[in-house]
Amino acid sequence: MQVNDSKNFEPVIAAFCCNWCSYAGADLSGTNRLSYPTNVKIIRVPCSCRVNPMFILRAFQRGADGVIICGCHPGDCHYTSGNYFTRRRITLLYSMLDFLGIERNRTRLEWVSAAEGAKFASVMEQFTEDVRKLGPNRRLEDLRCRKK
Amino acid sequence: MNRIGVFVCHCGTNIASTVDVKAVAEALSHERGVVISQDYQYMCSESGQNLVKNAIKEHNLTGVVICSCSPRMHENTFRKACSEAGLNPYLVEIANIREQCSWIHKDITTATEKAVILGRTAIAKVTLNTPLTSMESPVVKRALVIGGGIAGIQSALDIAEAGFEVDIVEKEPTIGGKMAQIDKTFPTLDCAACILTPKMVEASQNENINIYSFSEVSDVKGFVGNFTVKIKRKARYVDETKCTGCGLCTEKCPMKKVPNEFNAGLDNRTAIYIPFAQAVPKIATIDPNYCMMLKNGKCGVCSKVCTAGAVDYKQKDEFIEKKYGAIVVATGYNPISPEKFDEYAYSQCPDVVTSLELERLMNAAGPNGGTLLRPSDKKHPEKIVFIQCVGSRCDDDRGKPYCSKICCMYTAKHAMLIREKYPDTEVYVFYIDVRTPGKNFDEFYRRAVEQYNVHYIKGMVGKVTPKANGKIEVQGSDMLADEQLRIDADLVVLAMAIEPDKSARPLATMLTTQMDTNDFFTEAHPKLRPVESATAGIFLSGVCQGPKDIPETVAQASAAAAKAIGLLCKNSITCNPCVAHSDELMCNGCSACEKVCPYGAITYENKEFRMPDRTVAVRRVASVNPAVCQGCGACTVACPSGAMDLNGFSNSQIMAEVDAICK
Ligand SMILES: Cc1cc2nc3c(=O)[nH]c(=O)nc-3n(C[C@H](O)[C@H](O)[C@H](O)COP(=O)(O)OP(=O)(O)OC[C@H]3O[C@@H](n4cnc5c(N)ncnc54)[C@H](O)[C@@H]3O)c2cc1C
Ligand code: SF4
Ligand code: SF4
Ligand code: FES
Repeated sequence: MQVNDSKNFEPVIAAFCCNWCSYAGADLSGTNRLSYPTNVKIIRVPCSCRVNPMFILRAFQRGADGVIICGCHPGDCHYTSGNYFTRRRITLLYSMLDFLGIERNRTRLEWVSAAEGAKFASVMEQFTEDVRKLGPNRRLEDLRCRKK
Repeated sequence: MNRIGVFVCHCGTNIASTVDVKAVAEALSHERGVVISQDYQYMCSESGQNLVKNAIKEHNLTGVVICSCSPRMHENTFRKACSEAGLNPYLVEIANIREQCSWIHKDITTATEKAVILGRTAIAKVTLNTPLTSMESPVVKRALVIGGGIAGIQSALDIAEAGFEVDIVEKEPTIGGKMAQIDKTFPTLDCAACILTPKMVEASQNENINIYSFSEVSDVKGFVGNFTVKIKRKARYVDETKCTGCGLCTEKCPMKKVPNEFNAGLDNRTAIYIPFAQAVPKIATIDPNYCMMLKNGKCGVCSKVCTAGAVDYKQKDEFIEKKYGAIVVATGYNPISPEKFDEYAYSQCPDVVTSLELERLMNAAGPNGGTLLRPSDKKHPEKIVFIQCVGSRCDDDRGKPYCSKICCMYTAKHAMLIREKYPDTEVYVFYIDVRTPGKNFDEFYRRAVEQYNVHYIKGMVGKVTPKANGKIEVQGSDMLADEQLRIDADLVVLAMAIEPDKSARPLATMLTTQMDTNDFFTEAHPKLRPVESATAGIFLSGVCQGPKDIPETVAQASAAAAKAIGLLCKNSITCNPCVAHSDELMCNGCSACEKVCPYGAITYENKEFRMPDRTVAVRRVASVNPAVCQGCGACTVACPSGAMDLNGFSNSQIMAEVDAICK
């Protein structure tokens, strides 16, 4: 089990990936046997614009240390314009998270295409390292949700 | 009460070697609602599917979780199996423990832990799944072929023969691709033009085929059976409907110093040009980089000489939009540039040529009318050195890591053709390995060695130096004789590696298809679905999927056509029931959802509601057209009252997944 003391800190990371590009990109990094940390667990959504900012807040509240949202490159969304909504919504969410005192680097938005298996792996590697450096998220974590 | 069945797949050893599948099944058996949790060698096999089906009947399951490969691989397989056993297919969830777990992690303990969490997440979701029924969506009975090389031509002909309309989009002024530039073809040594040009003509005359030459795909929308594609028809400054292809303009054009791509830059063409005599369509095109009229308004000769009045300097790029049911990608390849391999002196010496240049030098329609002469002094070369694998199987970033597959064979072909026509010429071939699998291929190579006395030298060339006397010194090693060689050659030929066309990557992004790290399109399954892309309705033809010779290209092109025909034969396909719907009781009619929907799927209705105080109120509420909605979910987030939700990816389902990952 992952132990969350500061020495042995293994960040919990939720990754929302759109079905058409980023989830396929994640599969491709598997097919090409590229590795990235086990900390990252992927949730498949049809489009990055399906990610309600509430999901991200919920993740932080439930003890996630980092949340990453991945979608198709701007202009390439399977639904044409979904990722533009995502970009605007996440920008707004950033300022709210700033206000709540959640470090900016705990949330990230990345564009990963179905062809970018290597990019997916390196983004996840990098993000996990960045979150690891920040340490556990205590600010928004609802202690009632914490697993004993 | 939930009654969930969990099935953990070993995938042979693909999963089982890094994930302790038994431990996963055991851990998940304790989750709430789980009544059976099993592991099995191959879940997707018939007996694996039967295991699931029997469990559904025996335990009266209300939900199924398969821990296996990506849902992009087998979600449909398992949905079908469940549906056959009487369970609604949308009560299945897949935990991706192969592509997203066993294949990326090496440590069994952490990979197993992760697999358990992924399994739990899927269980948390499936508990909230609801049965869904799909609607049918019509298939547009027309195919698009992108790229008009031999691959694209063959796919288009086959689809047209089956009775469907096909459009070919080709970025160059003519179809034909690389094969049109090749002189003779292995292993039969028949002339490429003699077998290709009749096919080009057949394509142009087939009433089901429509060729958009000098055009590119600029946007792709939609989904299998119903793609909307925007095609950019680049301005060629000649009216296609008027030009008769007489070629008078190309004779009179005063701008005669334009490098001729068709002859690999070995001679020149005019600014207005027809690529070659058998071009299809045979229509002139003005090259705006060289045309003096377009550059500074001075000239206008071609417009004056054209009796058909076809020249139009004011022509603009045009965009057309068309609907297609299936798309075949056939964008082919290009040889890489020799510029980076300066040890072979390509940039310093005109007598160091690439194999494609040699094809043109030997071709009867080439710059020397078919007599092999050195580009520098037009003399007959007496000693020729071929260097194979330039940039192929290359471990630095100047070249490509893969074998280009065709070079061994075409080099043997070149060597043999030269020895046949000019028996006084000495021919040397430097090779790393000679790779000649394929029907009659090894016999072909052996003929070059045994019958035509071509000197094959196993070894690498270190340096090529042009000398003052016009000779080219080739320094290399003979690994079998263990000695250094110096050969004074008259002509050096480089067998350059091949790479996918540069336009392939942006195209892949438009099509949402996958590519490998070398920019070859990735097939849906390397063994079982070699001509389909992972994106439904998009098929792969020719070298764009990996290096191939002509016979293999044609075989794959016909296979891709067969798959496309299979799709076009259907009148309708089942559409995705994971669409949005709004809860009328919560909707306040604010129009936020309507504004974000990219498909205009949301409309508003005035509906009567019975209020608690027994009065009737009329309220404006959103309603989603399930045939138009594509299920992106944009509206669900825009909705301020939480009325809008998405089937299959509902707010509560995603929240449950978040919780399962975080706890
Ligand atoms: C020197 C040499 C000698 C060879 N000799 C032989 C031989 O003897 N025998 C043999 O079997 N094979 C030979 N080959 C291999 C042969 O050329 C290929 O197998 C064959 O041409 C592949 O056809 P293709 O249609 O897949 O690709 P291509 O011929 O490359 O055709 C692709 C077409 O798509 C177009 N295109 C690309 N991108 C786009 C886009 N984005 N939009 C629209 N159109 C696009 C291109 O302009 C081109 O017309 C040789 C190759 C070389 C380099
Ligand atoms: S543009 Fe006119 S002159 Fe030129 S090829 Fe066409 S018809 Fe002939
Ligand atoms: S899910 Fe997307 S396509 Fe469907 S109604 Fe909502 S915004 Fe429109
Ligand atoms: S489908 Fe990938 S971001 Fe919209």
